Amino acid sequence: MDWATLLQILDATLRLASPLLLACLAGLFSERAGIFDIGLEGKMLVAAFLAAGFAATTGSVWLGLLVGIAGSLALSAVHGLASITFRGNQLISGVAINFLASGLTVVVGQSWFAEGGRTPQLGDGQRFEELTFPGATEIRDLPILGSLYSEVLSGHTILVYAGLLAVPLSWWVLYRTRFGLRLRAVGENPAAVDTAGISVTRLRFAAVAIAGVLCALAGAQLSTAEPAAGFVRDMTAGRGYIALAALIFAKWRPFPALGACLLFGFLQALALRPALFQQSFGFSIQGQLLDAMPYILTVIILAGFVGRAIPPRAGGEPYVKER
Amino acid sequence: MSLAPQVQTQSGSQGTPAIELRGISKAFGPVQANKDISIRVMPGTIHGIIGENGAGKSTLMSILYGFYHADSGEIFINGRRTLIPDSQAAIRAGIGMVFQHFKLVENFTVLENVVLGAEDGALLRPSLAKARAQLRQLAEEYELDVDPDARIEEIGVGFQQRVEILKALYRRADILILDEPTGVLTPPEADHLFRILRNLKAQGKTIVLITHKLREIMDITDTVSVMRRGEMTATVATRDTNPAQLAELMVGRKVLLRVDKTPAEPGAPVLEIDNLRVVDAKGVERLKGVSLAVRAGEILGIAGVAGNGQSELLEVLGGYMKGTGTVRVKGRPIDIAGHEDARDRRDAGIGHVPEDRQQAGLILDFAAWENIALGYHHRDAYGRGAMMDQAAMKADTADKMQRFDVRPPNPMLAAKNFSGGNQQKIVVAREIESGPDLLLIGQPTRGVDIGAIEFIHKQIVALRDQGKAILLVSVELDEILSLSDRIAVMFDGRIMGEKIAADTDANELGLLMAGITEGTA
Repeated sequence: MDWATLLQILDATLRLASPLLLACLAGLFSERAGIFDIGLEGKMLVAAFLAAGFAATTGSVWLGLLVGIAGSLALSAVHGLASITFRGNQLISGVAINFLASGLTVVVGQSWFAEGGRTPQLGDGQRFEELTFPGATEIRDLPILGSLYSEVLSGHTILVYAGLLAVPLSWWVLYRTRFGLRLRAVGENPAAVDTAGISVTRLRFAAVAIAGVLCALAGAQLSTAEPAAGFVRDMTAGRGYIALAALIFAKWRPFPALGACLLFGFLQALALRPALFQQSFGFSIQGQLLDAMPYILTVIILAGFVGRAIPPRAGGEPYVKER
Repeated sequence: MSLAPQVQTQSGSQGTPAIELRGISKAFGPVQANKDISIRVMPGTIHGIIGENGAGKSTLMSILYGFYHADSGEIFINGRRTLIPDSQAAIRAGIGMVFQHFKLVENFTVLENVVLGAEDGALLRPSLAKARAQLRQLAEEYELDVDPDARIEEIGVGFQQRVEILKALYRRADILILDEPTGVLTPPEADHLFRILRNLKAQGKTIVLITHKLREIMDITDTVSVMRRGEMTATVATRDTNPAQLAELMVGRKVLLRVDKTPAEPGAPVLEIDNLRVVDAKGVERLKGVSLAVRAGEILGIAGVAGNGQSELLEVLGGYMKGTGTVRVKGRPIDIAGHEDARDRRDAGIGHVPEDRQQAGLILDFAAWENIALGYHHRDAYGRGAMMDQAAMKADTADKMQRFDVRPPNPMLAAKNFSGGNQQKIVVAREIESGPDLLLIGQPTRGVDIGAIEFIHKQIVALRDQGKAILLVSVELDEILSLSDRIAVMFDGRIMGEKIAADTDANELGLLMAGITEGTA
C-alpha cells in the first residue's frame, strides 16, 4: 500500500467514523444516565430524512439540520415518555422507534417527493460542504505532516469536526461539571440522586434530549454532507447498532469512544476497497466479514477478553421508589 | 392493659419540639402504613422509634424526609409548619437521613458522594475543594474519619455509613434520622456509631433512631416511641421503661424474649466439613478452608457480619454452589464438586431454609400448596411418576399450616399474600416436616415479627430435641447467642473461633466477628 492510498483510507476513515462517533456519544449520554437507547438508529434515520428533505425544499441545509434536530428530539421525547415517565421497557421503546423511523421515512418521503422514498438530489448550497483548512493547499507537498494535514484532517464537513470536538467537550461535561456528576450518578444509583433532592426525571430527560441532538447531527452527516447528496431509504444501515457496539467497546467513556469509532470507521473504509485489501495484505477477505468486525470485537469485549465492560449499574431499569 | 399509652407526659415536653408530626396518615394501596400518627421530638435528644417489621417506622420517617408524601397530616419543624414535598425541602429544613440501604453511588469517591446534590456551582472543582476542607473538620469534630478519595465500593459498610452521616452534616442537618443503622455493623462498629451519635447529641443535634432492637433503645435513647401496625402506641421516657414492657407494646401481648431450652445432649457427628473452599463466579475465594462438625441433637450457630462467607457455606451445603474439600453427612461423603444438586441433598437428609426466602425459598406467585411441595414434589406422598396428586398436596398443606400456625390457614392463597413471618413459617414447615437429619437454616427470623420469631425458635429447638443436627446462620447476634449450643464465628471466609454458647458473650464474639483474635489484639 503506498502513502497516497493510505492517506485516502485515513481520510475515508474519518468521514465514515463521524456519524458513528456522534451516535456513540449520543448513546453515551443516554446510557450514562441509565436509559438504554437502542433507538439511536431510528433517530439518525429520521434526522437524515428531515434534514435532506427540508434542505431540498427550502434550499437551506442549516434549516434542514434544524428540522432534523426537531424530529430526532421528538423521538427522544417519545422514548423518554415511555421509559422515564411511564417506566416502560427501554429496549421495547427503542425498537419501536426504529421500526417507526424506518417505515415513516419511506412513506412520508414517497408522498412528499414521489421518488421511491428518496429525497431529491441535493445541489450546491443545499448540503454541508467540505471545508479546506487554511494553508492546506500550500503545505500539501510537505512530507508526512503536510499531507496528513491537507489530505486527512482538512477537507471534511463541519459536522465531522463537530463530532471530533464533541469528544473533549463530553468528557469535560461528564467529569468536570455539576451536571455531569449528577448525570453519572443517576445512571449508577438514582436513589442517591433522589434522596439528595434532585429530580431523577429531569436529569434523565436532559440526557435523552442531548442524545437526540447528537443523533440528529449524525443523521445529517449521512444525508446532507458532501459527498452524500440526499436521503435513501434505510440509509443508516445499522450504524446506530455499530455505535452501540462502539459504546460497549469504549466502556462508556468519551475518548475510548473516539478510538472505537475510528477503528470501526477504518474497517468500513477497508471494506469499501476489497482490491486494495488483497493487494496490501496478500489475501482477500469477504467485505461482509469486515462489516461484521465491530460486532465480533464487541462480543470479544463482552466475553471479558479485553478487560471487563461494566455498564452503568442502573442502566435499563426504570426508577421506582421502594414499594 | 396496664400500659396506658402516655403521650408526651414526660419531663422533656417543655419548649418547642425540633420535630412535631400531627395526624400523619399514609396508605399504600389497601395497606394503611401510617394511621393518624402524632409525635414530638425534643431538640438535643435521641429519640428512638421501635416497632416490628412493617409497623410503619420507615414509612413515617420517609415522609418526614420528603421521600414519600403523606395522605394527610402536618409537619412542624422547630415550631414552624413546614411543607416537605421532596427531599430538597427536607434538606432545607435541616433534616438529614441515613437510610437502611445506603443511597450512595458505588463507583464514586467519598468526596463526590458528599458533594452530589450540594454543589456550589456549575463547575465541580471548587465544590470538591470546599468539601474536602469541610470533611477534614467534621472528621475531627465527630470521629468520622473516612478517606475522601476512596471509592465507596472499596470501603466497608461501617465507613459507608459514616459517609451517609457526613452527607447529612455537610448539608448542615440539625436533625438526623437513622433507619436501622446497626443491622450491617459488627458490635465494635455499632459501639463506634453510638459514640458518634452521643457526640452529635452533645453538639445539640436532634437524632431519631429507628430500630427493632430493644437493647439499642435502652442503651442510647432519651425517649422512645413504639409503633404497632401503623399506629403510634406509646411514647415514654427510656429511663421509665424496660425491654419487656417495650416488647409487649410492640407486639400487643406478652412475649418471651429469651429462648426456653434445656442443655443440649449431643450425639454422634451428623455433618462433618473438612477444609471446604469455595471460589465464586467472580473468582473471589469466599470460603478459605472451613472445617466444622455438627452433632446430632445440637444447634451450631454461625455468627458473623453479612458477607463473610456464611451464605456461600449454606449454598454449597444446600447443593447450589460448587466447592472443594470433604463434606460428610452421617459418615457418607457428599459430592460438592457440582455433580449433585439441591434435590440430591434433600434425598441425603439435608433440609434447607435458605437465607432469602422470597428469592430461594418460595415461588411467590404460586399457592401455598404448591410451595409446600417445592423440592419434595417427587416424593411418593405427592403423586406417582409424572402425575401429581393435588388433593393429597392440599390436604398435606392444610395440615402443616395448622400445626405451624400459618395465618391465614388457606392452602390456595399465593405465597406473596402472606406476611413475612407466615411465609417463613411455610418454608420452615416444609423443611422440618420432611424429616431431615440435618437442617440448614439461614436468617430464620429476618423480617419476621416478634410473635413469629418466638414460634420459629421453638420449632428449631424442638427439632434439636428430637436428636437432629442444626446449622444456624444468622447476622443477629442475639439470635445466635440465645438459640445456639455452640457458636462458630466466621470472618473473611474463615472460622475465627468456636465457643460454647453458655460461656461466651456479645463482646467476645464481636471481636472475633471483626477478625480480631487473642493473638492479634
